[in-house]
Amino acid sequence: MNFRLAAGKLVRAGAIAAAVALPVTSWSADEPLRVGAFLSVTGPAAFLGDPEQKTLEMLVERINATGGVAGRKLQLFVYDDAGDAEKARTFTKRLLEQDKVDFLVGGSTTGATMAAIPLAEQSGTPFISLAGAVGIVEPVRKWVFKTPHTDRMACERIFTDMRERKLTKLALISGTGGFDKSMRAECLKVVGKYGIEIVADESYGAADTDMTAQLTKIKATPGVQAVLNAGFGQGPAIVTRNYRQLGLTPALYQSHGVASKEFVRLSGDAAEGVRLPAPALLVAELLADNDPQKPVVVAYKRDYEARYKSEVSAFGGYAYDGLMLAVDALRRAGSADRARLRDALEGTRGYVGTSGVVNMSNTDHMGLDLSAFRILEVRGGNWVIIR
Amino acid sequence: MESSVPCAATVSDGIAAAGLPAMRPRRRLRGLTLLALVLALLPLGFVNDYVADVAVLIALNAIVCVGLNLLIGYAGQISLGHAGFFGLGAYGSALLATHAGVPPLAALLAATALVGVLAALVGGPILRLKGHYLAMATLGLGIIVSIVITTEDRLTGGPDGMAVPPLTIAGFVVQGERAWYWILAGCLLAAVWLAQNLIASPTGRALRALHTSEVAAELAGVDSARHKLIVFVISALFAAFAGGLAAFHAGFVTPAKASFLHSIELVTMVVFGGMASTFGAVVGAAVLTLLPQLLTALKDYEMVVFGALLMATMIFFPRGIVPTLSALWQRWRR
Amino acid sequence: MGSQALQFLAAGLTSGSIYALVALGFSIVFLASRVINFAQGEFVMIGGMAASSLVSVGMPLAAAMAIAVAIAAAVGLVLEKLAIERASRADVTTLVIITIGASMLLRGIAQIVWGKGIRSLPPISGEQPIAIGGATILPQSLWVLGTTIAIVAALSWFFGRTRLGRAMLATAHNRLAAQLVGIDVKLVLFASFGLAAALGAVAGMLIAPIGFTSYDTGVMLGLKGFAAAILGGIGNFHGAIFGGLLLGLLESLGAGFVSSAYKDAIAFVVLLGVLFVRPDGILGALRSDRV
Repeated sequence: MNFRLAAGKLVRAGAIAAAVALPVTSWSADEPLRVGAFLSVTGPAAFLGDPEQKTLEMLVERINATGGVAGRKLQLFVYDDAGDAEKARTFTKRLLEQDKVDFLVGGSTTGATMAAIPLAEQSGTPFISLAGAVGIVEPVRKWVFKTPHTDRMACERIFTDMRERKLTKLALISGTGGFDKSMRAECLKVVGKYGIEIVADESYGAADTDMTAQLTKIKATPGVQAVLNAGFGQGPAIVTRNYRQLGLTPALYQSHGVASKEFVRLSGDAAEGVRLPAPALLVAELLADNDPQKPVVVAYKRDYEARYKSEVSAFGGYAYDGLMLAVDALRRAGSADRARLRDALEGTRGYVGTSGVVNMSNTDHMGLDLSAFRILEVRGGNWVIIR
Repeated sequence: MESSVPCAATVSDGIAAAGLPAMRPRRRLRGLTLLALVLALLPLGFVNDYVADVAVLIALNAIVCVGLNLLIGYAGQISLGHAGFFGLGAYGSALLATHAGVPPLAALLAATALVGVLAALVGGPILRLKGHYLAMATLGLGIIVSIVITTEDRLTGGPDGMAVPPLTIAGFVVQGERAWYWILAGCLLAAVWLAQNLIASPTGRALRALHTSEVAAELAGVDSARHKLIVFVISALFAAFAGGLAAFHAGFVTPAKASFLHSIELVTMVVFGGMASTFGAVVGAAVLTLLPQLLTALKDYEMVVFGALLMATMIFFPRGIVPTLSALWQRWRR
Repeated sequence: MGSQALQFLAAGLTSGSIYALVALGFSIVFLASRVINFAQGEFVMIGGMAASSLVSVGMPLAAAMAIAVAIAAAVGLVLEKLAIERASRADVTTLVIITIGASMLLRGIAQIVWGKGIRSLPPISGEQPIAIGGATILPQSLWVLGTTIAIVAALSWFFGRTRLGRAMLATAHNRLAAQLVGIDVKLVLFASFGLAAALGAVAGMLIAPIGFTSYDTGVMLGLKGFAAAILGGIGNFHGAIFGGLLLGLLESLGAGFVSSAYKDAIAFVVLLGVLFVRPDGILGALRSDRV
């Protein structure tokens, strides 16, 4: 063998050895950033997971088209858990072990989120949840964050409004799903602080087509001044229509679970006068021009509606915030190292999202306060901001 | 002429006509050894914990299906509520271990035993029903269990479920997918062995006679009610045990485990794999647990493809996978 | 109290009529083939969804409904031809699993074609509630009840007076004998699927203005229709109607007078109780036991 061939082989061998031996930095420009998402795209929570998936896909495409995050593209892995916590757990394992994602955004339902939390904590992976229950961030867990308002905040927002209107006797009606029951439990916990008394407590099945029996019982309860329907999906729309059909007059409150135009469309005229807490996203155009949220929500709304030909909802907004918070944290951390990303997430200050302005801390992994929730009322088929 | 003969309302007339197989001891041992070999070698393919996790899920489903197959395939009694037993075993173990402070292993065994007692009490009246009425009654039972679990949220955590402490055996905490895999592989082998012994026992012979013709069997002196009840309770015990293990493995339990959709999934696995075939039950559980994981890339088309595959397999393999393949194998050998 | 009970009654009869129509679909297919068609709920869903999407592109309601029924019937016929007939020599249990697969297939297709959103239909004659004795009833409820009665009458005529109808009944009683007298049992099965699908579609379109519809509403409605069919006695038409109405009333009265959280459980407990006392359903069923 002549000298040059041997030298060439040696150089090549040395280069390979060097490449293998050098520690792989967590910011090599060719490696995409892996985003793991498990969402309830089908099943009983589909209208949470479907806009969430669409939003994530739209955002990832747009970010990649404009150069990625500090030069690195995003690669999205999405699985559908169909609202089943056990499937969510298996898919989270898959995302962590097989797809080797850098961080998790997902868990449309509280059940799915709670199933994934131990896995995120054990593997030390930042996890931004898109579910509502306050128990996700209380007690604060090192690696778990969340974007939506908690159901407790929704209750408090509604009760604040009730107190303004001097309404004290409340009837509850809720479904049998996780979101419904969780919100109902939280409302029962904080009711005393606002001087409100629960005078009736009815429930319906998620697939029921008629709630007149339950509402008739509420109608027959003396002294009811307001009714709160903690639910999501088609149930609240049916409740609203039955409400008007039976001629019930007390103020009707819905939850942020129906914060979408779909609810108004399904309820029709019956929705007139219904109030609910919702993030600014739903009333993007009505915001004051100097509202810091306005540019963010208007842009998201315009892009989403143009691409998917359907109205935005608060849930898609949760996913938007979830991913953009992570992107913002990645930029600040300058690294995809999980611990640095986690610290950067915790250090989020003044981030403007669709749900509100986010200020995280080591005791608050959600970062929103009550002011981010607006009370909206339906008038003439459209939203109006009350406060 | 099978299709044009007026059928009774009981299940699996086709199999009854063909005669149910009772494997000879040597064949049984061969099958069991083969399964043990597969289970022992499988971990070589565990490239990561996720794959091991799927294997654990398959084993859990397989244990339930082996028991359910005894009921549906051999005793000819359809149950559309077996997820109820699974869920009761899961929640029973969880509640005993959490609220009553019972050590996890004892909680598992106690919950299983309790479910067995419940099945014995409920089985008597329920098994007097036939065919579709039995199906509906078991379906109704499963739904009632599911509703009670969901509604009593102060105890059970409601629809979002409750957390379950880890399983400890003789002081050692069972942790990690691979440890779980070995435990479940052992349990599955034991389950298959038990099932095969039951089939070969006098009860098993009585069941096969019942299946072919209940009236004829009773004329020959078979106490059909007692034997049906025995199998019902045994299949409930298998389901409850698997349910408890599933709860400890996942670290949480939700009412979905007791839902009627889960019951339908279990029956589908048994029929798909092959009724009156213990290994069919294992194969059915394996394929139908694995398939959704493989089809995730199809996203929106997953349900369409799954449904189409299920239909196509049952159309072309009407007796289920294992019996059909086994019959083909016999023909090929001749 | 009286007006409350009347309100519960109205609600129970409305949802009960829907269950009755779905139960009829189960019974018809059962009579022709001994198979419980788990895809029956999906026919209900197809009726509502197809009508809704036709209306949303501008078609008048009556035409949309007629075409939706035709679409559902066509789906039923295709299902029978391609799947059930192919497997006709198989076990009843195998056929049931095929229908389970079919229900997933149909749901999956619906999800792709119509998306995952919730849809509604305009009510046939407006939304103004009618006050009757202290209770308020929607005009759509009256349509549901009236249509169900009309369909029952039409089916009685069909099975009593037409050749195809009588052929179906004959096949149900004794398939071998029916074949021996020259009845084409394959055609009977074919027609029964189409008829069951059409009935399901009508139910779906009637309930969509009140209860909405989406790609997976078929699951629960199918389950309840099945329960109703069993309650009344599978294969028995009057049983299907009776079972459906009874189930609807049990749910509604259970919610109203006992506990709304447990209303479904109450209905099923009663169902179980009935089955223990009368194992063939309340009005009995068509049974021939092979000994």
